[in-house]
Amino acid sequence: LSVPPEIPKEDGRPKWDNKLQYILSCIGFAVGLGNVWRFPYLCQIHGGGAFLIPYFIALLFEGIPLLHLELALGQCLRKGSIGAWNTISPYLGGVGLGSWMVSVLVSLYYNTVLTWVMWYFINSFQEPLPWSVCPLNENRTGLNEECYESTAVNYFWYRKTLNITPDVTESGTLQWWLILCLATCWAIVYLCTIRGIETTGKAIYITAIFPYLVLTIFLIHGLTLPGATDGLAYLFTPNLSTLKNPRVWLDAATQIFFSLSLAFGGLIAFSSYNPPKNDCEKDAVTVALVNSMTSLYASIPVFSVLGFKATTGYWDCLDRNIISIINEFDLPEESIMRQNYTAWISLLNSSYPEKIAGLKLKSCDLQEFLDQSVSGTGLAFIIFTQAIILMPGSQAWAILFFIMLFSLGLSSMFGNIEGVFTPLLELQIISKSIPKELLSGIICLSCFLIALCFTLASGSYWIDIFDSYAGSLPLLVIAFFEVIGVAYVYKIKRFSKDVKWMTGRKPNFYWQITWRFISPLLLLIVFVAFVTLQIQKPPSYAAWNPKYEGFPMKEERVYPPWVLAICVLLALLPCVFVPLVALFHLIKQMRRSKDPSFVPPEVFSCQGANS
Amino acid sequence: MLRVLLLTLPVVAIAYAELCKPDAQNAFKVRLSIKTALGDNAYAWDANEEYLFKAMVAFAMRRYSGKSTTQTSNVLLCNVTDRVSFWFVVTDSSKNVTTVPGSEVEAAIRMNRNRINSAFLLSDKTLQFLKITSTLSPPVEPSTPVWLIVFGVVLCLIVAGIVFLVVVGIQQRKKKNKESTERENLEEKGEATATVENGIPCETLDLKAGHINGVFAADDERFTSL
Repeated sequence: LSVPPEIPKEDGRPKWDNKLQYILSCIGFAVGLGNVWRFPYLCQIHGGGAFLIPYFIALLFEGIPLLHLELALGQCLRKGSIGAWNTISPYLGGVGLGSWMVSVLVSLYYNTVLTWVMWYFINSFQEPLPWSVCPLNENRTGLNEECYESTAVNYFWYRKTLNITPDVTESGTLQWWLILCLATCWAIVYLCTIRGIETTGKAIYITAIFPYLVLTIFLIHGLTLPGATDGLAYLFTPNLSTLKNPRVWLDAATQIFFSLSLAFGGLIAFSSYNPPKNDCEKDAVTVALVNSMTSLYASIPVFSVLGFKATTGYWDCLDRNIISIINEFDLPEESIMRQNYTAWISLLNSSYPEKIAGLKLKSCDLQEFLDQSVSGTGLAFIIFTQAIILMPGSQAWAILFFIMLFSLGLSSMFGNIEGVFTPLLELQIISKSIPKELLSGIICLSCFLIALCFTLASGSYWIDIFDSYAGSLPLLVIAFFEVIGVAYVYKIKRFSKDVKWMTGRKPNFYWQITWRFISPLLLLIVFVAFVTLQIQKPPSYAAWNPKYEGFPMKEERVYPPWVLAICVLLALLPCVFVPLVALFHLIKQMRRSKDPSFVPPEVFSCQGANS
Repeated sequence: MLRVLLLTLPVVAIAYAELCKPDAQNAFKVRLSIKTALGDNAYAWDANEEYLFKAMVAFAMRRYSGKSTTQTSNVLLCNVTDRVSFWFVVTDSSKNVTTVPGSEVEAAIRMNRNRINSAFLLSDKTLQFLKITSTLSPPVEPSTPVWLIVFGVVLCLIVAGIVFLVVVGIQQRKKKNKESTERENLEEKGEATATVENGIPCETLDLKAGHINGVFAADDERFTSL
């Protein structure tokens, strides 16, 4: 006897196996690489513990309301971003299209960052680690010059991984090892998203939980390293005077906004697979709080390791000076230790000042080493890898670290791909003729082919461009229109009724105030401040040029006009859909209103769609 | 005879002292960092160690030149400091009161650097001959880069996973298609709706795997037809 397979819900829409998958998917989407390599950096440069004040204020007035809005929207309308906004109002269809466009652009370059992580991961299985030693030059008389002048870690990143050109206009060739890793990364993404949430729902258990395990291991290990307490003290010591700088508030607002992955359409897609009667208010608060707590939790091991690295650098500086002094004065070994170094220096300076001056000793200052703050790929691939070399058992630490980064990025990729996949599935022409596996295959294959241009020698400059222009400004615009659209086009009264039907209670005063006034105002201020800061100086980038006089410092270069045009295009492309679609429908409406048989479409309501 | 010897000895000593001086011609400075290399197992630098050093240099000269004329007495050490650094020269045994050219000494030391290092349990970094550079050993490169192997393993696993999922998906779809065509065929046979018992359409029971109970089937004939 054959039993027919389990029939999905009446509308044929797939659903989550259980609530945990949904929550983990949202958390995995929100918690990404930025929690590890951007938040600790911002904490550090903006006065340590004091940064938490603007951060939590932004969370309360911008992050949580917008998150609740998106989750409630998706759950009520049960459609991806394009369909959802078309349902709210045809004039707002451009918002959904803009979200979809941003998801596409971000998916392209985000997976290339994962490619770099994968490359480092597969290189971590060697002894010694390839980024710990400089290779020899051609005639074997010394070390490779580029490596010798910078460090082995820098050399491995800029030359062996990226093979970077000194200028964004010089494209160089495709790097075959990066193409292999890129293909692998897209294959992994395809494997996990092959049937939409049916497969990502299973994969998310691993990719969302594993990073927390590794962070805990690093936390425990990091706290035992020498110098960890210096790093942590440096990170968390509050300096309240930085709060007077408006830049701090702007950074807090943008960090919360981008960290929660709002306006991508991925959150709407995730919540659209929920049963309609689900408490989205609790979900939103949970996801936002977990995201922020993860940022804080991740900054502890990051700063322990950075403190360890600074202390080791400081000790190395002292040791080198001590060796020079011992060799010059022929003193017995271990006569000058780090503790009595200053005493000895003052003694020798008074008796033999010319000899000491002749040694050209570097001044060693722990504060200076701690001040070297980096964020982004520099933190992971240069600073952290250097710290890992100094730990015993470096292969294991390197492998763990890069698997953690990969899981963090992969769970964010699921959200990005879902933001692309779900709206396409809902287009009638596609869902009838193409099976899901083929559609996801087509998406992954085309993204892989387009992303090949990021594996060129100048690829990392292009990724910076995409990150700064496609992954920042359009999101602010789309989120602003999202809030305005729900608050003033759909009307908050209607939305509150829908939320009440879904969660069982009316959204309280806090939600009303933030949705109506505070969040749109805040978004507007952030947008204006962001644009003002961008146009104040001509956009420039830091190029790695071995022939530069100041090498190993990076060379500041200005983007040529055609690159600037691409930057502007990237920023405008998603945003332009909003007015275009509104205009299109306005023209259609004006033509239709002349037709006497025209009947206006009925007013949409959450309950009506789902009862 | 004895008087001549007594007179020449201090002369020779003074002459030898002239040969071994800091920055003398053909003299080399040596620096040892024993505590750095050996930590707690560090030995003290005393006259015995100096004797070993002289022996190693003499050994190196002998191996290099192929002649067995160099003696430990030919190697002169001077200016030994607490750092453990000193200068040394190698005198020529055949010619009186001259030193072997620095290039020869350098070549000899270079050739036998490994043996000299191991005699003192030190390395190139902790036993430094200040004017003699050591040749750098090339890093060990395996025939296939290790990363390619790891990459191959990862890729195979992923491709296997994808193939598995796609095949399962195709099988599930074939099953669904077969059932939906069966249901369509049954509906075409006249029944508007398919009666369902326990989630299983009755017609399929009838057609596919149901057993006809002979007792009841036979009884049909007893009933009068309407």
